[in-house]
Amino acid sequence: MNMEPTTQAIRPEAAASAPVPANCVIEARNLDLTFQTNDGPVHALKDVSLEISKGDFVSFIGPSGCGKTTFLRCIAALETPTGGSLSVNGMTPDEARRNRAYGYVFQAAGLYPWRTISKNIKLPLEIMGYSKAEQEKRVNQVLELVELSGFGGKFPWQLSGGMQQRASIARALAFDADILLMDEPFGALDEIVRDHLNEQLLKLWARTNKTIGFVTHSIPEAVYLSTKIVVMSPRPGRIHDVIDSTLPKERPLDIRDSPEFIEIAHRVREGLRAGHGDD
Amino acid sequence: MKSLVAVLTVLAAIIAFWYAACVPMNIKGVLDQAERAGIEVTPATAKERRDRGEIGLVVNNTFAIGETWVQERPRLPAPHQVAVELWETTVEKKITSKRSLIYHGEVTLSATLLGFAIGTGLGILLAVGIVHSRVMDMSVMPWAIVSQTIPIIALAPMIIVVLYSIGVQGIIPKAVISAYLSFFPVVVGMVKGLRAPDAMQLDLLKTYNANTNQGFWKLRLPSSMPYLFASLKIGIAASLVGAIVGELPTGAVAGLGARLLAGSYYGQTVQIWSALFAAAILAAALVALLGLIEKLVLNRMGVRA
Repeated sequence: MNMEPTTQAIRPEAAASAPVPANCVIEARNLDLTFQTNDGPVHALKDVSLEISKGDFVSFIGPSGCGKTTFLRCIAALETPTGGSLSVNGMTPDEARRNRAYGYVFQAAGLYPWRTISKNIKLPLEIMGYSKAEQEKRVNQVLELVELSGFGGKFPWQLSGGMQQRASIARALAFDADILLMDEPFGALDEIVRDHLNEQLLKLWARTNKTIGFVTHSIPEAVYLSTKIVVMSPRPGRIHDVIDSTLPKERPLDIRDSPEFIEIAHRVREGLRAGHGDD
Repeated sequence: MKSLVAVLTVLAAIIAFWYAACVPMNIKGVLDQAERAGIEVTPATAKERRDRGEIGLVVNNTFAIGETWVQERPRLPAPHQVAVELWETTVEKKITSKRSLIYHGEVTLSATLLGFAIGTGLGILLAVGIVHSRVMDMSVMPWAIVSQTIPIIALAPMIIVVLYSIGVQGIIPKAVISAYLSFFPVVVGMVKGLRAPDAMQLDLLKTYNANTNQGFWKLRLPSSMPYLFASLKIGIAASLVGAIVGELPTGAVAGLGARLLAGSYYGQTVQIWSALFAAAILAAALVALLGLIEKLVLNRMGVRA
């Protein structure tokens, strides 16, 4: 990945904790997860194997119940797989969680209404014991990254939905984990705001060289953002197809009209249809 | 302006109803007095009047209606009688006087506030325990609920006797009864408030590897504030009731409860009603004060006004 010089400023120590298997950040082998519910067992994930390399932007797309969110939650150690193996930065997901290896962005911004935007972004920093000066510095850096400089003193309700979601991304970036997990972060926003945030997210990714796992329902969003698209199908949740994007790293919004883009979107759509057909 | 009219209309309706109620309530007393004074009333004797309906007596003796509002010892005092008594015993009496409602109110208020402080502290501690420990949830919560099913009027004398036998008297027994009544709404409200954060908020803290302590101070406690204040308002009113009830069985010489008791011993209904109103005004003032503090706290917490 070609890092821009600006990225060096906000990630001083991340390079030191590089994973043992070269370049591979997240590795799942034959992952299984069965939930025990009152209606009997639900097979949420079946035989999921996937490798995510450092700097990848991986989208998970599929219909409801295909396990895309569950897989992301497994990586974050918010769910425990019932079979197979999963490593994050060469550690178990729980060790990675305790090492604060990733930032997680939920579908709702989930900002604390009693804290200003700055104080919300400081939340993980306070918990992790950063010094006051360091907190201040990082808040300013990430606010600038998500283009919210000057809004630090506002309360969440004073911001639009899109701005709130950007603030929640800033919060996930604040402690500079090298993995960013995003669970339908723009799902609740309208199309125009979503386009704008997609463009910003790509810029942010290029500047920071994070590894991003991104769950979405939207085919154009997945194709526009990703270097790798994982098409999943439901009952049981499994990987149907993994598409490596051939689009260049530099992606203006109108790339979505190019034949290449349309071809990839077509393949994703075919995959989704096929996944649906066999249940 | 429109709402002011509405408020005043309701107030006027209540006062009108009250004055109207005074007439049948006090008519027999008025007629007995009139008969003794030699005025002709129908029917003529108290014996005959005893089994008559009050409304019928009023209809037959309309001359007596005015008298029902100015009785010395009415069954139901008229609003202005209570207002005059309130004025005389608060503004015109010295605070040090044994007949000053300010003096009695202060005695009751100090027990109320001490009891409220104990009850609130205990309630918050129990709620924190219940939220963090399943064992406490299962073992403490049922007892907290059971404690509130016992009528306080039955329990209060026992609390006072037991405490007296171990040498505790004065303000403490009253405060204990206050605390007994006020801890419960705080427990219920705080348990609800501390559990208010949703699964996503808790997951978020988990991704930061936050410990239980951090989760409590940074998420659970701030989330519980609106619930806490709702509970505190119920709790302080319950505390006042507790302090007054605590003054009844001991034959206390000071406090609003003692005023109520003395009034009923000597048939001083005006005194009873003015003590009742003093208690109600005190409770309203305490709740309003809490409302003000709530507003300040929530404002500081950035909650939209």
